[in-house]
Amino acid sequence: MSFTGQSATGPEESSNAQAATHGRDSLRKAVVVGGNRIPFARTGGAYTKSSNQDMLTAALDGLIARFGLQDERIGEVAAGAVLKHSRDFNLTREAVLGSALSAETPAYDLQQACATGLETVLGLANKIKLGQIDSAIAGGVDSASDAPIAVSEGLREVLLDLNRVKTLPQRLQVLSRLRPKDLAPDAPNTGEPRTGLSMGEHQALTTAQWKITREAQDQLAYNSHRNLAAAYDAGFFDDLLTPYRGLTRDSNLRADTTLEKLATLKPVFGKNLGAEATMTAGNSTPLTDGASTVLLASEEWADAHELPKLATVIDGEAAAVDFVHGKDGLLMAPAFAVPRLLARNGLTLDDIDFFELHEAFAGTVLSTLAAWEDEEFGRTRLGLDGALGSIDRSKLNVNGSSLAAGHPFAATGGRIVASLAKMLHEKGRVDGRPARGLISICAAGGQGVVAILEAF
Amino acid sequence: MTDKYTQFVSRGIGKDVAKKLGLPQPVVLRRYQPGQPLVPGPILVQGSSDSADELAAALLSWDLDVRRHAVPREKLGAIILVLDELARPEDLEGPVLAAAASIRDLSPNARVVTVSRTAAGAPGPASAAARQGVDGLLRSLAKELRAGATANGIVLADGVTTTSPSALGALRFFLSARSAFVDGQFLTIASGEGKLPADPDKPLAGKVAVVTGAARGIGAAIARTLHRDGATLVVVDIPAAGDHLAAVANEVRGTALQLDITREDAGQRIIDHAVGRHGRLDIVVHNAGITRDKLLANMDPDRWNSVIAVNIAAQLRINEALLASEQFRNSPRIVSVASTSGIAGNRGQTNYAASKGGVMGMVRATAPLLAERHGSINAVAPGFIETEMTARIPFATREVARRLNSLQQGGRPEDVAEAIAFLAGDAAGGITGEVLRVCGQSLVGA
Repeated sequence: MSFTGQSATGPEESSNAQAATHGRDSLRKAVVVGGNRIPFARTGGAYTKSSNQDMLTAALDGLIARFGLQDERIGEVAAGAVLKHSRDFNLTREAVLGSALSAETPAYDLQQACATGLETVLGLANKIKLGQIDSAIAGGVDSASDAPIAVSEGLREVLLDLNRVKTLPQRLQVLSRLRPKDLAPDAPNTGEPRTGLSMGEHQALTTAQWKITREAQDQLAYNSHRNLAAAYDAGFFDDLLTPYRGLTRDSNLRADTTLEKLATLKPVFGKNLGAEATMTAGNSTPLTDGASTVLLASEEWADAHELPKLATVIDGEAAAVDFVHGKDGLLMAPAFAVPRLLARNGLTLDDIDFFELHEAFAGTVLSTLAAWEDEEFGRTRLGLDGALGSIDRSKLNVNGSSLAAGHPFAATGGRIVASLAKMLHEKGRVDGRPARGLISICAAGGQGVVAILEAF
Repeated sequence: MTDKYTQFVSRGIGKDVAKKLGLPQPVVLRRYQPGQPLVPGPILVQGSSDSADELAAALLSWDLDVRRHAVPREKLGAIILVLDELARPEDLEGPVLAAAASIRDLSPNARVVTVSRTAAGAPGPASAAARQGVDGLLRSLAKELRAGATANGIVLADGVTTTSPSALGALRFFLSARSAFVDGQFLTIASGEGKLPADPDKPLAGKVAVVTGAARGIGAAIARTLHRDGATLVVVDIPAAGDHLAAVANEVRGTALQLDITREDAGQRIIDHAVGRHGRLDIVVHNAGITRDKLLANMDPDRWNSVIAVNIAAQLRINEALLASEQFRNSPRIVSVASTSGIAGNRGQTNYAASKGGVMGMVRATAPLLAERHGSINAVAPGFIETEMTARIPFATREVARRLNSLQQGGRPEDVAEAIAFLAGDAAGGITGEVLRVCGQSLVGA
C-alpha cells in the first residue's frame, strides 16, 4: 500500500505546539472526580421504552447521589446524543431540570458522533482550566431502541406546504401531490451519507487493507468480555455504575464466551470484498442503549466539597481523515490524532500505562495498532522517522471495552473517562511520575478524538 | 399505608359494625409530625416521691400541661406513674389505684409511662418483688388500653435519677407520637450518660449517620427519619440496588455508597466514605438484612450461610472496624435492627432467627466496649411491619399476623425508624445493650 500527503506534525506545528504546552502550564488543573453510568443494554432489551432523556436523567441522578450534589449549581453540564429526536433540541438542559441538581445549572448539547462523550469532557475541562467554571458534568446518551423515525421527504414537503396555503382548493391541490410511497417512514441508519456504506462495511475495507486476521479479532473480543467480567466480579464498577430498569450489568457482556464460540459466528461485514470476510457479530459492537456522566472540577472546588480527585485531564486532540476518496479508512482518524497528541506532550507510546482504545470493531483497534507499527505509515503519513511503535498489549483495555460493554454512541466517552480515571487513581505513580492513560475514540464522518489523563 | 380494615373500622358505619360484632377495632395511630403537641392532652404525674416532683417540674419546663392530681372527667394525654421508691409489693396500691381512676379519661392515642427501678439492683426480696411487679402490671395495662393508647416503662438503674438525660429522653420518646407502635415495652436507663438536644425537633443536627440496606423499605424510612431529625446521611446498599439507593440518597440530600456489607473491608469503606465526604461519623444503623426461609429439615448451606453472613457476621465485622477507628470516638451510636423472630422464633426462619438472636447477643456484649468513648449500642426488634416484604405474605396469614398485637394492626416502617432515631440521638447515651421492640405488643414472643 502507498501513503501520500502531508505529515501529521511538520516543523512549524511543533514549535506552535511547544508554545501551547508552555501556555498550558499556567492554567489550573481540571480533575475527574468520578463518574456514573447506567448499565448498557443491547437494543430492544431492557431500555426499549426508555428515551434519551430518561436515561441521561437516570445517569445524572446516580452521579448526584454518589457525590451528594443535590441542589448544587454546577458550572455547566454538557452532553449529547447521536440519534436524536427533534423534540430533544435541549436534551441536556431538560435532563438537568428533571434531575436533583439545582434548576439554575446551565447545560448545552454537543454532537460529534461517537466522540460526543469525550468531546464534552475535553470542552468542559478546558473551561475549568481557563477558570470560566469550577465544576462540570460531561456526558452522553444514546438509544438505538427509541430511535427517531422521520416522515419521508415527500410527506414532509406536503405538510409544510399545506401549512402555507390558505384556501381549501389550494389545500386539496397540495394534498393531491401525495403518493403512497410518501407514507413510508424514514428510519435512521448508520450509513455514511457520502458513501452509502455502513460503518461495518467501511471497517471491513480497512480490516482487509491492514490484513487483520479473524483470529486476532476474536481474541480481542474474547479479552474484552473476559476483562469486563473480571472487573465486575472484582467490584470495579461498584462506584461507577447505577443499575437501571432491572439491569445491573451490561447486557451484552458474555462472561462465559470462549474463542471457540466466537469462531463459530458467521461473518456479517465485508462479504463482497473478495478477501475472506472476518468481521462477525462477536467482534463488532452491537447497537446499544445507555448513558454515562463524568464529574469534573477544579482542585479547589473538589476540595471545598470534600470530593475525591482521581485524575487530571491533560490534553486532547481531534483528527479527521478523507475516507470519502478512500485515502484512509473511515475509523482511522485516531491513528493520526494520537501521534500528534503524544508529540505535543513530549510523550511516546512507552509513556502510557493504560490504553483505552474504543472497540467500535475489533478490526478498528487492530488496524490502528497495525498502522502505528508500520514503518511506511509512520514515515509517509505521520512524518516520523519510522513506525510510531507498538504497545504493550497487557495495558490495552484492561477492564474491557465496547465489544463487551456495548456502545451507546455518545455514552462511550463518559464510560471510558470515568473508568480510566479510577484505574489511574488506583495505580497512583509509575516510575516516580503519575500513572498515565490514553483514550482513543473513532467517530462517523472519518473523525477521531483522543485524550490523555494522568493520575492526580 | 394504613391497612384497609383499619380505615374501614375507624369511622362511620364500619365502626358501628365492628363494635356490634365484637371485631378488632384498630384505630389510625397518631404519628409524629414536627411541631405537633407532644401528647394529645394534659399529663397527670402520679406518685408522691421527691423524684415525681422533679419529673413534673422537668415536664413543666418543656411547656407541657402537667397535673399532680387528677381533675375529674378531664381528658388526659398521658399518665406518668412514678414508682421509683417501692419497698414492698403493697406499695404499689396507692399510686396504681390512684392512676386507675384516670384510665377512662385517657384520650385516644394517649400514653401511660411507668418510671421504676431495676429488680436486679433491689436491696432485698420484697423490693425486688415490688419492682418486678411493675413489669407484669405495665404489660397487662398495655393490653387493656384502647384507641391507640400505649403503656411503656422506664427502668432506672441504681443511682440514676428520674431526671437524668436518658430518663427524660426516653420519657419524651414514649410520650410522643414517635413511639406510636411501641407498646408494653421497657427501656432500662443504665447511667447518667447522654444529653438532651438543644432542639427537640432536630435532635440529630450536626450528626453524620450511615444506614445500611437503605434502598427501600425500613432502611429507606430510617434514612428519611434521620434526615428529618437533622442528620447528614450516607445510605448504603448492595450495588444491585443502586437505582433505588440513588433515589433515597437524592431525597434525603445525602450520599449513596454502593457496597456489599459482607466484604472484608466494608467497615473501613464506610468509615472512609463518611469521614472523607462528610468529615465525621457519629451513627451507624445496621439495617441490612435478608430472609431465605426454609424449614430446617430442608435447609441448605446457601440459605443458611447467606443469612448469617449478611444479618450478623457483617455487623460484627463492621463493628470491629468502628471500634478500632479513631474516627468513631465522639459519643458514637450503633443501632441494629433485630426482629421479634429472634425472640419468639418463627416457623421456617431458623437461619433468620439465629441471625437476629445473634444481633441481640452482639449488642449486649458490645455495649461495654463502647462505654469508655461514651458510646452506646442498641437493637430495635420490629414485629409485623407493613412493607413490600410482608405485603407478599398470603392474605389470610397476613391478616392474622397484623392483628395479633395490642394495637391490632401492623406497624409502619417509620415506626421502626422513629425508635432507631431516638436510640441514635445524644439523649439515648444512658441506654446501651438494650433491645427495644417495635411490635405493638405482639402476642408472640412476649
